[in-house]
Amino acid sequence: MRPDLWRSISLLSKSGADTRLGRRSLLGLGAALTGSLALGPKQAHAEPSPASPPADAPWSQSIGPGVVDRPYGRPADTEAGVIRRNVPWLTAGTESSISFSPLQDLHGIITPNGLFFERYHAGRPDVDPDQHKLMIHGLVERPLLLSMKDIVRFPSVTRIHFIECPANGGMEWRAAQLNSLQFNHGMISCAEWTGVRLSTLLEEVGIKKEAKWVMVEGADGAHMNRSLPLDKCLDDCLVVYAQNGEALRPEQGYPLRLVVPGWEGNVSIKWLRRIKLGDKPWHSREETSKYTDLMPDGTSRGFTWLIDAKSVITFPCPEKPLDRPGLYEIRGLAWTGNGKVRRVDVSTDGGVNWQSARLHEPVLSKALTKFTLPWRWDGAPALLESRVIDETGYVQPTIAQLRKQRGTNSVYHNNSIQTWQVKPDGSVFDVQLV
Amino acid sequence: MSSSSRRILLLCAGMLAAGTIACVAEPGYYGYGERPTPEQIAGWDIDARGIDGVGLPPGRGNVHKGAEVYAEQCAACHGTFGEGEGRFPKLVGGAGTLRDDRPELTVGSYWPFAPTLWDYINRAMPMPAPHTLSADDVYALTAYILNLNDIVPNEFVADRESLPKVKMPNRDNFLWIDPRPDTMAKPCMNGCADPADIRIASTAEGKKLTPRTTGPLDTMQQR
Ligand code: HEC
Repeated sequence: MRPDLWRSISLLSKSGADTRLGRRSLLGLGAALTGSLALGPKQAHAEPSPASPPADAPWSQSIGPGVVDRPYGRPADTEAGVIRRNVPWLTAGTESSISFSPLQDLHGIITPNGLFFERYHAGRPDVDPDQHKLMIHGLVERPLLLSMKDIVRFPSVTRIHFIECPANGGMEWRAAQLNSLQFNHGMISCAEWTGVRLSTLLEEVGIKKEAKWVMVEGADGAHMNRSLPLDKCLDDCLVVYAQNGEALRPEQGYPLRLVVPGWEGNVSIKWLRRIKLGDKPWHSREETSKYTDLMPDGTSRGFTWLIDAKSVITFPCPEKPLDRPGLYEIRGLAWTGNGKVRRVDVSTDGGVNWQSARLHEPVLSKALTKFTLPWRWDGAPALLESRVIDETGYVQPTIAQLRKQRGTNSVYHNNSIQTWQVKPDGSVFDVQLV
Repeated sequence: MSSSSRRILLLCAGMLAAGTIACVAEPGYYGYGERPTPEQIAGWDIDARGIDGVGLPPGRGNVHKGAEVYAEQCAACHGTFGEGEGRFPKLVGGAGTLRDDRPELTVGSYWPFAPTLWDYINRAMPMPAPHTLSADDVYALTAYILNLNDIVPNEFVADRESLPKVKMPNRDNFLWIDPRPDTMAKPCMNGCADPADIRIASTAEGKKLTPRTTGPLDTMQQR
């Protein structure tokens, strides 16, 4: 969150300028922010509120600020706690680090631009779009230098795709560690991207027949670079300048980034400045030292680009506990780098019995898919799980099945089934089963 | 419109009608942008390939010079002997630990290709001032870090000829073809396990590792 926003809220609360907020401690406000969706009938008659019926609310008795009071809008002040967050002990500093999307507070398949997870290797560069250039060279007929104006002239496409860091869930290989949906699953976001197909640009420069690999590189301080097989580049990769209808955010690569649908987020190079065609991969640091998966026998897997099918229940979750027994809608998200989600099953007993959830349209290829299942909670302990099956028939594994193949040191690509333990008081915890 | 571009348009239209998405145009069909000059390309063409060092520039540097530059520009974060300060990455050590419960992945124990080290230092380090080192200094730093890992002798001189010939200890332990899917879960629906066997093996409850997810950002400094 913007620190000024938080300061203004805490000031509000201290000065008592707004009686509704003023009576609440900061802590209470936090609880109100997180609990706002779980409000059941219990709260409604707990304490009469000066703004609830029969009273006429204060905001009904005055005129509010006019249009263009906020020429670029922002969320309500009471949503100020809905922000990207980081795990300070994960990295040496914030410049080469990651932040997590607050999935517990999101409601659809699209991540709002300000909440899309961040991953930097040398901080966030502020690029001048008038000076930014994309160079395409190497094994091509006709090297090319494109300005942003040039790029926007090419035939445009708009697609909805998720981007997930393959380290999402990486802290849970050994055991349940982080009691949070945001921190265990928030390295994923999904947006509508607009740009030009990479294949269009590659055809424009002319691909020499020896070319088999494509190196993509960013304009950031780390000149982050990865190698991609030419086939994938010609298949569905996009060079995009817009995200959810507006220019990319600096955090997501303004003014230009690559989107490699269904593959680990690291290859979707941000602040894209250079594309080079070659006959072999580059084996850059980001595809040798990092983004390789160490197996128990000491060997490593490299070029493991695909995001396997994964799903997670987003309500209830540790951040959004249950209030009291009754009817609830279990909600969640599913995705797969293989294409479309075919089915999601939900269990409330730790995987003994399963029921298929309802998938919500649109069910798009390499995009988040929403699922729901009505559930009557009787107040007994429960173990909630979801399991996705994608269009190739691939079934999301348990953490035990993954560990059997890969041990506990492979860091990346933990797409295991998440288990949420529901206690009789409605609180929810991240657990792993035997 | 030239007859050849008309032909391309027709070809595209035909393919679209047939439901194909690909629409192949000839190079230069749109004609946007400009041809970069050799100088422009040279300025950005910084990559050196790991497997064979293709792209490494002229220049050279030895271990001794590397130690000097390292002490000035790198030691504050990576430690005088590459041991790593605080949470900054270690650049040395971990040999023989890759099968351990807590393996240590460093340039010495893990990296498969020596030219990648030149490429990465040149590309991204020193973290506070990237792209400020000369090619010679990057060669010298590469020589020094390899020497700290006992991979090259004290007299080693790094250049575009010598680096690709350095055999990194972990070079042959990478599988560059993805073997997934490697789990074959079946989607059982009912009575998939004995309820008595469903037990919690670990819980995040009480571990105190989780930052706050409400209110202002949690710096976790108090821990
Ligand atoms: C301000 C602290 C800082 C300084 C100074 C610094 N580095 Fe780094 N270095 C880092 C961080 C942080 C990373 C990890 C970056 C990442 O993962 O994106 C890193 C990563 C590296 C790596 C890769 C390690 C691995 O195993 O993947 C190498 C090699 C390296 N630095 C070399 C150098 C050299 C050589 C210098 C001096 C010219 C230098 N660094 C100066 C902070 C620093």
